[in-house]
Amino acid sequence: MLSSTSIALPVFQTRSIEGVNIDHAPAIEARDLNVYYGHFQAVKGINLKIEQRQVTAIIGPSGCGKSTVLRTFNRMNELLPEARTTGEVLFMGQNIYAPDVSPVEVRRRIGMVFQKANPFPRSIYENVAWGACLNGFMTGLGAPSMDEWVEHCLRKAALWDEVKDKLKASGLSLSGGQQQRLCIARTIAIQPEIILMDEPASALDPIATLKIEELMRELVKEYTIIVVTHNMQQAARVSDYTAFLTVTPERSGVLVEYGPTRQIFMNPRDRRTEDYITGRYG
Amino acid sequence: MNAHLTPVFQVNFPSRYRSGRLARWVFQFSTLLGIALLALLMFTILDGLMGYAAMTDKVSRESLAVDNVPLEALSSAQLLGILQANLSSNAYQTLDNQQTLAELSRSRLYTLVVDRVVKPRVDETWSLTESLFKRDEIFTRAAQQYPDARIEWKFWLNSKFLASAASSDPLQAGVRSALLGSLWTILITILFAFPVGVGAAIYLEEYAPDNALNRVLKTNITNLAGVPSIVYGMLGLAIFVRTLQSITSGALFGAADPAGATGRTVLSAGLTLALLVLPLIIINAQEAIRTVPNSLRQASLGLGATKWQTIWHHVLPNAISGILTGAILAISRAIGETAPLVVVGAATFLNFDPNGPFSRFSTLPIQIYQWTSRAQGEFRNLAAAAILLLLVMLLSLNASAILLRNRFRSKI
Repeated sequence: MLSSTSIALPVFQTRSIEGVNIDHAPAIEARDLNVYYGHFQAVKGINLKIEQRQVTAIIGPSGCGKSTVLRTFNRMNELLPEARTTGEVLFMGQNIYAPDVSPVEVRRRIGMVFQKANPFPRSIYENVAWGACLNGFMTGLGAPSMDEWVEHCLRKAALWDEVKDKLKASGLSLSGGQQQRLCIARTIAIQPEIILMDEPASALDPIATLKIEELMRELVKEYTIIVVTHNMQQAARVSDYTAFLTVTPERSGVLVEYGPTRQIFMNPRDRRTEDYITGRYG
Repeated sequence: MNAHLTPVFQVNFPSRYRSGRLARWVFQFSTLLGIALLALLMFTILDGLMGYAAMTDKVSRESLAVDNVPLEALSSAQLLGILQANLSSNAYQTLDNQQTLAELSRSRLYTLVVDRVVKPRVDETWSLTESLFKRDEIFTRAAQQYPDARIEWKFWLNSKFLASAASSDPLQAGVRSALLGSLWTILITILFAFPVGVGAAIYLEEYAPDNALNRVLKTNITNLAGVPSIVYGMLGLAIFVRTLQSITSGALFGAADPAGATGRTVLSAGLTLALLVLPLIIINAQEAIRTVPNSLRQASLGLGATKWQTIWHHVLPNAISGILTGAILAISRAIGETAPLVVVGAATFLNFDPNGPFSRFSTLPIQIYQWTSRAQGEFRNLAAAAILLLLVMLLSLNASAILLRNRFRSKI
């Protein structure tokens, strides 16, 4: 087991989103979520409740808006030109699209790992420490020092043993799989409540993929994970819940079916889900 | 479907190789032509840089010798005596007021005696090639035409040339005021154009929404980079010299030059050059900022960084080498500019040093232009020396651009 799980949690000095923390509230709830790119509607009427401390996979054929839906959950989508979102996304009961909520605060609470590993062109240590520093990481009073915290996060990301002797080396000097785990460590370092993963293993070889999947199972003990994947085996292996999206004839993405992974894969209620899962479509 | 389609290939390697060779020759030839022209340029400069010069002294050095001790070996006191004896008391007093003569070193006194008493005059100069290959011819001709002249090998780019202000006497003339003018002007150009240019580039690339107005803006900045520099000179004349005269002359701050610069100051020139290079700096910085991958911005924003933190910590550090390279290349263009400064009112003859932003000024290219248009051949030697100085300045700027780029690149 990981040796440093007993470490005290760090203190961050950032204002957090005001809201009620209901223990059994869904981590994320999308209500009639629509996303447009210019005049094109990419995602249509999504209603979804994502459970806390579970891995939820979003699957579907290419162009069904999986990544778009994922990016609306921490307001990364609005960085794309001409993207427009309507509807509500509730995070612990509060709408993150409310006018007084800043996207910066949302992203600090809901971290993201991208499809292509994108470590900063800096040292491994700085890659992990920067985000924490940025968000007002405080030491003293029983809180861990930055060195301890970086080690903790790298251990959590199952990367520590591989990089402990070269923390000053560039993050870009690592292999693809290691870079992706570094990105995960970097995300953990800001103590988010939810980690969004956008096809985190699609550019990796099977062994590196397996490591990422094991890591997800490990991390879900502390975090809510939402993962987009085009790999159905992966969804079946790692996720507790699965949402299946498909495209309408107008090329808009709609949610077809959402439920426990076992049920979606073993006993789909919708014909389209069954066709996709059995490989007859997509 | 026809299963029996049989394609025919005519590979024809010889003709493909031939055209490949031809292309290679053409490129090789253009490179060689470029090198040859560059070599020619360097040769022309070097040709004027040194060579024989025939010089006649107004007062012969022998006549100034004291007790058979030649002028070169006289003591300070004796040199001082010569100055006193040969200059009018008025001229001597003026000199003494400028710098207490008794405190000057022997070599400075000697220079003063040569400049003020001996007063050598250049009769004729010869280029480097002439001096090397027609040596005898030069000596016989000089002996006939200038019987009193000494023939000296003269290297025109010397310390005296660097340290003297402009003068109508080619032996006294130097580039100091022009060089200082160039440095002052370029300092103001950098101080203004770099922050404004980089700031504009950051705004256009990172903040400006992609709408029609901003697209027009971006296109027009590119067009501005192609506007002839003389047009910027007119603009500078209208805005800085005339309209903002109270500011550029320093009158507003009570710092106006007593010589009456009336807006034709270092400040006006620097700002005009800044306008000239601003589009170049903006375009280069935009280009550099655009090369920073978007994934990096997303990574930073995804960690809860604000837009400005993302720009400051990730975009700028990754773009800085490109920004600096572009800026330095733009600045070196500004150093060589002549036309806009003529319009803004650079002085063609300046025998004092520019001492601040509100001072009148001349610059190296202006000085070169002025010297090349003089009738006496000696000034062309001076121009050659000044051109070499300008080239050295430009090359060292470009070298520093490369060094900076490599320095920032090696940091991970």
